[in-house]
Amino acid sequence: MMFILKLFNVIIALAAAPLLLGIINRTKATFAGRTGQPLLQLYYDIWKLLRKGTVYSRSISWIFRIGPVIGLSVVLIVTAIIPIGGLPTFISFKGDLIFFAYLFGLSRFFTVLMAMDTGSSFEGMGASREVTFSTLSEPALLIGLAAVAKYTGYISLSQMFSSVNLGVWLNAGPAFVLVGFAFLTVFLTENSRIPIDDPNTHLELTMIHEVMILDHSGPDLAMILYGAAVKMWLLGVILIDIVVPVHSGNVLLDVLAAMFFMVLLAVVVGIIESSMARLRLLYVPQLLVGATILSILALILVLR
Amino acid sequence: MIYALLLIPAIAAVLSLIVRGDVFRRTILILASVCHTIITITAWNKDAKPLLNGWLMLDKPGLLFLTITSILFLTCSFYAFGYLAGESGRRKQDFEEGAFLTNEPEAIFCACLLAFLTTMTFVTISQHLGLMWVAMEATTLASAPLIYFHHHHRSLEATWKYLLICSVGIALALLGNFFMVIAASVPESNDKSMILSSLVQQGQLLNGPWLKAAFLFFLVGYGTKMGLAPLHTWLPDAHSESPSVVSALMSGALLNCAFLGILRSYQVCLAAGLGQFCQNLFVLFGLISIGWAALFILGQPDYKRMLAYSSVEHMGILALGVGIGAGATFGAMLHAVNHSLTKAMLFLAAGNILAVYKTKTTKGVSGIMSVMPLTGILWIAGFFAITGIPPFGIFLSEFTIVKSMIEQGKIGIAVAFLAILALIFIGMAIAFLNMAQGRKNDDLKIKGNPDTAIAVLPPLALGVLTLVLGLYVPPVISNLLHDVAVRMGGY
Amino acid sequence: MNNTTDIVMIFLVLTNLTLLGLSRLGTCIRIVAVQGMVLGLLPLLLNGWNLEFHLIFFSVAIITLKGIVFPWMLRKTLRELNTHREIEPFIGYGTSIALGTVIFVICMWLSSRLSLPVATTSTRIVPVAFFTIMSGLFLIISRKKAITQVLGYLVMENGIYIFGVALVEKQPILVELGILLDVFVAVFVMGITMFHINREFNHIDTDRLSRLKV
Repeated sequence: MMFILKLFNVIIALAAAPLLLGIINRTKATFAGRTGQPLLQLYYDIWKLLRKGTVYSRSISWIFRIGPVIGLSVVLIVTAIIPIGGLPTFISFKGDLIFFAYLFGLSRFFTVLMAMDTGSSFEGMGASREVTFSTLSEPALLIGLAAVAKYTGYISLSQMFSSVNLGVWLNAGPAFVLVGFAFLTVFLTENSRIPIDDPNTHLELTMIHEVMILDHSGPDLAMILYGAAVKMWLLGVILIDIVVPVHSGNVLLDVLAAMFFMVLLAVVVGIIESSMARLRLLYVPQLLVGATILSILALILVLR
Repeated sequence: MIYALLLIPAIAAVLSLIVRGDVFRRTILILASVCHTIITITAWNKDAKPLLNGWLMLDKPGLLFLTITSILFLTCSFYAFGYLAGESGRRKQDFEEGAFLTNEPEAIFCACLLAFLTTMTFVTISQHLGLMWVAMEATTLASAPLIYFHHHHRSLEATWKYLLICSVGIALALLGNFFMVIAASVPESNDKSMILSSLVQQGQLLNGPWLKAAFLFFLVGYGTKMGLAPLHTWLPDAHSESPSVVSALMSGALLNCAFLGILRSYQVCLAAGLGQFCQNLFVLFGLISIGWAALFILGQPDYKRMLAYSSVEHMGILALGVGIGAGATFGAMLHAVNHSLTKAMLFLAAGNILAVYKTKTTKGVSGIMSVMPLTGILWIAGFFAITGIPPFGIFLSEFTIVKSMIEQGKIGIAVAFLAILALIFIGMAIAFLNMAQGRKNDDLKIKGNPDTAIAVLPPLALGVLTLVLGLYVPPVISNLLHDVAVRMGGY
Repeated sequence: MNNTTDIVMIFLVLTNLTLLGLSRLGTCIRIVAVQGMVLGLLPLLLNGWNLEFHLIFFSVAIITLKGIVFPWMLRKTLRELNTHREIEPFIGYGTSIALGTVIFVICMWLSSRLSLPVATTSTRIVPVAFFTIMSGLFLIISRKKAITQVLGYLVMENGIYIFGVALVEKQPILVELGILLDVFVAVFVMGITMFHINREFNHIDTDRLSRLKV
């Protein structure tokens, strides 16, 4: 029974992740008065790319070929760590939140390497920006998780999230609100949404994430796109588990509630994207430092 | 009587805004100051009735500082009559840069002068620490427009510094007030008011650490206003850029009122047994002020700034005197009187010099004795007075302080004190004597007689007073000073 | 009640940190206004929402002065001054926020070492009061524009006010009104002086007011 629940956790993540991107795009289109892409567009895109051939430039090495594979495998492992809606997970040990953070670090490392491997200055520029912003957003993520861990007393993600409930919110509400805001900023940063990066633009001045995957094609690109979608899902799950914990006792109800809130999160992100412009690159570090400060404040509040 | 003390200058301030004629306005100024002084002198014989449940009362320290303020304002108002008469009229030219500038409207100047007197009276009368704070901040706000009389950028810079630094300092003093309230909020005490007499009564019951913190904030906050180094940075700018009348009043009266604020909290600390802690702080700040002032007096090119640094030095001596305690407290109180009289005299004389020579540098002025002999005599006499040469009053007060230092065995402090005083004497001697003697500058144009009566008599009166106090302190004054000294922990 | 006070305190901390990191003067004035209005509600909040006349009167006075009058005066001055951003302060914005957090941690540590003879409703009030005072001082020291220095002074007064309201049981109304009046006149006079500074110098960078030396 437990095995089936854990498998369910992984399958939900793998199956529903591309839907999130579709919801975001649909929300943006509604705001703009258009009909927009179909909700399942990313599935169609991935299926199309899987059937195409790959083109490799002459200046690449083996890093370029294994980069997408590593990205995808990392993300698959992380689906086994992060629980949604109180489901149990395959991998759960003391300190696995550090493991999770470092896994994302590994995938980012290889993404940056494969971007620089192409030898194009265009990707190198994107790589440097990506590294800068993730340096500033990691403290926000880790310190926020530390605050939650300190309060709940567990340092394993699944145990932490299962002990966050409404009573916790009544006691330490302000701290968790701060953590929620910090994590929202981290969510927007790690997935390269507005106001940090515009996923629709392909202008040199403004690209960060898009530019690193310019040279990929075929199944490689499919793996990258899918990995990015699952990463967005996982970070969203962390946010939902902290901000809107629902533990009614019935597993199915919890999972449905969590999925509902994920859809809501996607709509909120779509609204944010439609109502704000991208921040000037100079001001993004300030925003990230602000998110880190929110996390630190939450930690201080929890410590006292 | 207290009503009269407060209302007369206040009404006069409002009147001077409304009245049209310049001469009429200046007469109001003089009349108001004369009335104020008369009432103050009657308060020496007759005890004034306390007002507002004891919130406003004229006790001995308040009476002392009020008298100093009143006498100073009287002489300065006479001087201001002549000064404003000379300043009115066509457009002026800035001395240092030659740009044309305008003056502040005279109505605002007179109104602010009278408001300044009102607020300073308010400070000396308040017995409630919170009310005293309100009055202190009001003095800052009333005196800021006075600095900006000549509308040019240097005086504007000085006004901004003064306004900001003093406001921040006084805000810190407000925090000290709150700390004092917390110190008084111990459960055993049944009277939680902030009136000085009840705080002193509760002395032993007050919470020690909070009282220390309160005193520290009072010292730093009001010390900014008083001119203790290193919080004095606004003082040289404000005193050198404002008209001499204003400088005289600020140096002579305002700094003393700020000192009164610190002394009130010192009284509470004495009652609580924290005298030693406070005295150490006083000695520290006193020595730092005197030393710092000495550094900047040596080689100072601007004579009004030199007088300003001399004010910093003498405020340091005041703090040092109270910090030594015993007989030196009497010396400090006497010093407050003498310094105010002498510094005001010097500033008024400096105003005369500036009006004739049109330069503020010591090198640019020479031969005062030949150009304006009366002012020259006042200048040299003032120099002797301020550096502590007998028979002037400051010698007596400084001597009392040093005597008490040696009696208590604090030889090191006494030696340091006298050494720095000697340095200051040298620095000032070079500047003052060079200015007074010698031949006058060839390019100096003098219109009429620079030594008019109205310009010479006020500083002369102040000089005569300080000379008299140096030779013989009348018993009635001496009794008052001893009374005040006893309250401040000495004798 | 405990929780509401906590939330208000954290909100105040966030406003202070935001002030340290903002460069747009108009938004800074707005944030100080919001801070003032929240502080006006503080006496009522700490008294458990018991509506005594004296408290209501005082709250209304504070909200009007700090939330409406001061920002209006400052905004008027800002319009005449023709500047809208603070450019290159002495300590950069990111560094300011980081230092602000360090100062907050120090304030929390300091307050845990103080022993108050008076009980407070929330343990967060004293550190937040100290932190507000220090942020005000920080703004005065590290910024160049005169108007930000006035804002720093207002923030400092706000901090001292929080301290007073939380710990002083009953200030006589005369003193409270006197303090308010003083701050009002201070801002008024500072506004006039800034107007003169701008007319005289054509800027309000106080670090360029450096003719008077030694």
